[in-house]
Amino acid sequence: MAAPAGTVRSGDIRIDLLLIAEMVAPESRVLDVGCGEGELLDYLARAKRVDGRGIELSQRGVNACVGHGLSVIQGDADTDLRDYPTAAFDYVILSQTLQATRNPKTVLLQLLRIGRRAIVSFPNFGYWKVRLSLLTGGRMPVTAALNQSWYETPNIHLCTIRDFMALCRELGITIEKRVSVDRFGQKGAIGSSGLLANLLAEQGMFLLSKKI
Amino acid sequence: MGELKRPLEPATTAPGMSVRLGIERPLRLDCGAELGPFTVAYQTYGRLDSQKKNAVLICHALTGDQYVASTHPVTGKPGWWPYMVGPGKVLDTNRYFIICANVLSGCMGTAGPKEIDPQTGKPWGLNFPVITIADMVRAQALLLDHLGIEDLFCVIGGSMGGMQVLQWAASYPARVFAAVPIASAAKHSAQNIAFHEVGRQAIMADPNWRGGNYLLEGTNPSAGLAVARMANHITYLSEAALHRKFGRNLQNRERITYGFEADFQVESYLRHQGITFVDRFDANSYLYITRAMDYFDLAAEYGGVLAKAFTGTRTRFCVVSFTSDWLFPTRENRAIVHALNAAAANVSFVEIETDKGHDAFLLDEPELFKMLAGFLNGAAEQRGLAGGGQARPLIGATAGGSKLP
Repeated sequence: MAAPAGTVRSGDIRIDLLLIAEMVAPESRVLDVGCGEGELLDYLARAKRVDGRGIELSQRGVNACVGHGLSVIQGDADTDLRDYPTAAFDYVILSQTLQATRNPKTVLLQLLRIGRRAIVSFPNFGYWKVRLSLLTGGRMPVTAALNQSWYETPNIHLCTIRDFMALCRELGITIEKRVSVDRFGQKGAIGSSGLLANLLAEQGMFLLSKKI
Repeated sequence: MGELKRPLEPATTAPGMSVRLGIERPLRLDCGAELGPFTVAYQTYGRLDSQKKNAVLICHALTGDQYVASTHPVTGKPGWWPYMVGPGKVLDTNRYFIICANVLSGCMGTAGPKEIDPQTGKPWGLNFPVITIADMVRAQALLLDHLGIEDLFCVIGGSMGGMQVLQWAASYPARVFAAVPIASAAKHSAQNIAFHEVGRQAIMADPNWRGGNYLLEGTNPSAGLAVARMANHITYLSEAALHRKFGRNLQNRERITYGFEADFQVESYLRHQGITFVDRFDANSYLYITRAMDYFDLAAEYGGVLAKAFTGTRTRFCVVSFTSDWLFPTRENRAIVHALNAAAANVSFVEIETDKGHDAFLLDEPELFKMLAGFLNGAAEQRGLAGGGQARPLIGATAGGSKLP
C-alpha cells in the first residue's frame, strides 16, 4: 500500500491520496491514522500548510516519516486513538485502513470524537469483479485493490459501500461527501442509495461528521 | 565567557567552565532546603547565534557528566556521546550551541556531597540536601539565565537525561522548542528502584563508607561502589547482548578453575566496569543521584495525571525507545506518548530495533541518528535556524571543549 521510501516527495502523490487532500481545508489540524511513509502528510504540509500528525503501525514507516521531519508515532488505530482529547483535530484521516482494524465501529466513533470531521476510504467488497470472482471461481477474491490471499491479508473486516453507509446511519454519522474511486484514481458519484457505486466502484471515500 | 567567581576551590578541579549560581537568592529545593550560592560546572560546544536561537541542552544520565564531547579529565577517554555530538553529527556543533552541565549532586565540579559545605568548610557528605530531578532542572535553568539564553532550541537526553528533558518540558514549556527524551520514563518503576537500592546498600555496606564521612576520614568505599556499578551495569545491557559479547567464554584460560577467580569473560568485564568506575565517581553522589531518579514521578506533581504536565504545550517532542531495553522499556516510553497525545501535543515516537539494551542510546545506532537528524532538521526549519556551518558567532567562540588540557 505505501510507496517505497524516498520516492514520494514534491507533489508527486498517489491519486487517491490527492482526492483525500481535496477534502481538507488549508491550515487545518490533521491526524492521519495509518499514514504509511508519510506521503499524504508531507503533501498536506506543503500544499495546504496543515499542522499534521500521524499514527503508523509499521516501524519502517514511522522511522521514514520522522526522518523526514513529520510528527508521527508508532501506534495502532484500535488502541491508540482513545488518548486523544475530543475535537483535537479538524480532520482525522483513515485511508485504506478501516478494514484492517479489529473493531471498525469503535474506530469510526473514535475518529469522529477526536476529529470534527473524518475522511475514510476503503476497498469496496461489492465491486463487480470481487463478486464475479467469488461467484465464478468460488475462491476468496484477489483483485488489484485486494491483492493478497485470504491467509495473508491484514483485511479482516471487509465491507461494501452500502454496508458502510448503513453503519453510518446506525451510528448517527452524517455523510457530507461521498465519492467512488476506480483503479485509475478517477472519481465518480455515489448516489443516495449507493446501489450503482456499490457495484462499479473499486473504492469508496467519505467525508464524515457527527454531532456530539 | 562569564565570570569564574570561585571563592572556594571545589574538591574536584573539573576543567571547562563553571559558574556560581544562587548568589542573590538561594535555590529552593523540593526537600525544603535552600542551596546557594552553589557551583555548576559545564561545557559548551559550537557557537550561540546572534538570535540566541540555536542552543541545545544535553542532560546527562546517572553516571554521565558534562564531558559529552571532550576528553574526560580523569579517564582520558573521549566524550560520552561521540556518535551524537560533533561537527556534522546529529547534534552538529557547526550548527548548534551545545551546553552540557554536571547535574546537582554530581561529582564533576557541580555542587554535590563531595564538594565543600561553605558553612563548615568540610565536604558536605550526607549533609548535602537530597536533590530531585526537578532541582537539577532548576539549576540548569539558572545556568541558562546566566548565559543569557531565553529559550532552548532543544533539550535532549537519555535515561535520567530523558527524565530531565520531561521535567524541562513540564516546568519551563516556553523555554523548550523541541524535547527529545530517549530511553526514559515519566516515573521510576519499582524494579528500577529495587536495582538502585541494591547499589546503595552495596555502598553503605562497605566499611570504608563510614556513614558517608569517608572523605573526612581518608577512606574510600570503592569496593561497595564497584559492586553498585556492576549490578546496575547489568541492567543497561540485554541478555542477547551479553550472550553475543561473552556467551560462556572463559577469560584467558582453557578450563574452569573450581574457584572464585573471574573464570568467565562476563565476570572479568563486569569487574573491569566496577574498578574503572570508582576512579571517576563519588560513592555519595551515586546515592544522591539514584535517589533523585527513584523520586521521579512527573505525574505526581499534576494530580496523578501525566497529560496535565503537558497541558497547552507547544513543544515538539520526539520520544525514543529501544526494543531490548528492559530498564526503560518501550511500554514506559509509550506511556509518555499517550500522555502527550492526551495533551494534543506535537509528538513523534520511534522504537529502535536493537539488541543492545538500555545502553543503546550511547552506542552506534544508525537508525536512531537518521531519525533524530530528520526530527531536528524539521524542528530547525520551523524555528528558522540556519543550516549547518552558517550560525553566526555571538558567544562561546572559545568553547569549553577547547580549554581542556
